[in-house]
Amino acid sequence: MKDTPMRDGYGKALLELSRLHEDVMVLDADVAKSTRSEWVKQENPSYFLDCGISEQDMVGTAAGMALAGLTPFVSTYGVFLAGRAWDQIRNTVCYNHLNVKLAGAHGGISVGPDGATHQALEDVALMRTLPGMTVVVPCDAIETRKATLALYDHPGPCFIRFGREAVPVITDEDTPFVLGKNRLVCDGSDMVFLANGYLVHQAMRAAEQLSAEGISARVVNVHTVKPLDREDVIRHASETGAVVTCEEHQVIGGLGSAVCETLSESVCVPVERIGVQDSFGESGTPEELIDKYGLGVDSLCAAARRAVQRKTSR
Amino acid sequence: MFQEQKIKEIARQIRRDIVTMIHAAGSGHPGGSLSAADLLATLYFTDQFRCDPSSPNWAERDRFILSKGHTAPVIYSVLARRGFFPPEELLTLRRFGSRLQGHPKKDATPGLDCSSGSLGQGLSIANGIAFALQRRGSDARVYCLMGDGELQEGQAWEAAMFAPQHGLDNICALVDYNNVQLDGRVDEIKEVQPLREKWEAFRWNVIETDGHDVSAIYSAYQAARACKGRPTVILAQCVKGKGVSYMENSAKWHGTAPNDEEYAQAMAELEVEA
Repeated sequence: MKDTPMRDGYGKALLELSRLHEDVMVLDADVAKSTRSEWVKQENPSYFLDCGISEQDMVGTAAGMALAGLTPFVSTYGVFLAGRAWDQIRNTVCYNHLNVKLAGAHGGISVGPDGATHQALEDVALMRTLPGMTVVVPCDAIETRKATLALYDHPGPCFIRFGREAVPVITDEDTPFVLGKNRLVCDGSDMVFLANGYLVHQAMRAAEQLSAEGISARVVNVHTVKPLDREDVIRHASETGAVVTCEEHQVIGGLGSAVCETLSESVCVPVERIGVQDSFGESGTPEELIDKYGLGVDSLCAAARRAVQRKTSR
Repeated sequence: MFQEQKIKEIARQIRRDIVTMIHAAGSGHPGGSLSAADLLATLYFTDQFRCDPSSPNWAERDRFILSKGHTAPVIYSVLARRGFFPPEELLTLRRFGSRLQGHPKKDATPGLDCSSGSLGQGLSIANGIAFALQRRGSDARVYCLMGDGELQEGQAWEAAMFAPQHGLDNICALVDYNNVQLDGRVDEIKEVQPLREKWEAFRWNVIETDGHDVSAIYSAYQAARACKGRPTVILAQCVKGKGVSYMENSAKWHGTAPNDEEYAQAMAELEVEA
């Protein structure tokens, strides 16, 4: 299957949901073409509402819709959804525990040429701290579709985050997706990559490369950052004794933080965190940026070696 | 049905409740609560607002969103006097374990339609409810009470663009225009006037009224209901702290509780026939 943007999976799921459920309402803030919510507008316009360039108002409107029984899917760029409308999400959506689904598009540095203002690198951290919020970061277009469908069946506030670029499709229709449950991608015994989003694919490539060096790397897809599948994270950390977290996000506050929080309360193992190191991004091709900001396969392999080294030198 | 004398008496009772519960709590926001007492008494205690205290979540009820959430005491008093919960509970305002949180919490208090407290958000929420009600063909109406200082929030105007865009005529915004906010006079801090021209420019049906003349307020609600195809905003000229002489038009009483002596004076004033 050719490389596909994850947002295509989101659009596909919205189409299916709007065909099946009268309570579904898809909202966007003037980026419907980008988020693929436009697909619903084209096929089923009464289920679509463009709120204009008004993210805070859009979230509040969605909250009102949820209060009156609809299930709104709110789509826009993750930077502006999680960032600009954070207070609305906190004090209205989460405090009322409303059934609002938030979709943050253009997550991560691979957004590329648009530059730093449009590359969501803090969205997972912002959403993860909110009481009652579910946070999902799928790895490809197929998983994004499944995750979006799963969120419809999961009452309460949810945030799903996906990227802009066409990326490899590494799951298929039969690959299981269970909200809140990690998925073992490939087994290994020396260390484990706990990854989500596009970085699952990077971790798979790194595992192959490490295998040639004699390091047996395990890859686990931690698509649900909140609630974190704690027991599974602890099990992989215990069994392999060395952890590398991988995400297209700041190392502060996202998956790496969630894993460290969990492990610091349970098992003592070395953890290396792959992610953006407390900086803004910039313009460039996705490949250039992935490389420069330490999200490339070489960086993952180096982190794995460090983690294994720290384990054996203790 | 509208009985002027009855509404005036209820409004005075609401004012006594407001002062009493804030005095008991030792903190809270009397000024804006007193300001809105007549608007809410005229809404909840006439035929203008459809609700059922025995079934607070009835799907076909009218909705009320208190966008200026710090004036929680006024809606708490209204809901208690309307029968949603016992008035004795008003004395638990702001206390640990109380159903009456410092700012409205939907799940805590029967009859509340939404939590609030972060200013500028209520109209968006009201719009979303109104949109959903219209979509399913319900004739229920949505009311949203905003402060004038609150109109300094940008989101209020984002929301103001939404309702006319979608022809929502089941929504009625109320602006409690008392020209006082926490730090001082609205016109000296960041002027929100001209309000009629602003709302008209945003394509709303605008009704101006004296916010303490219950007869005029009732007529405004009727006129809002009669307006079809676009939303209505009622600009209510109010006095912050209305009914307690030393609180009137004073920013000091935006968020201060009266001491025992002040409380006694306020209650004496509120016993007098309006």
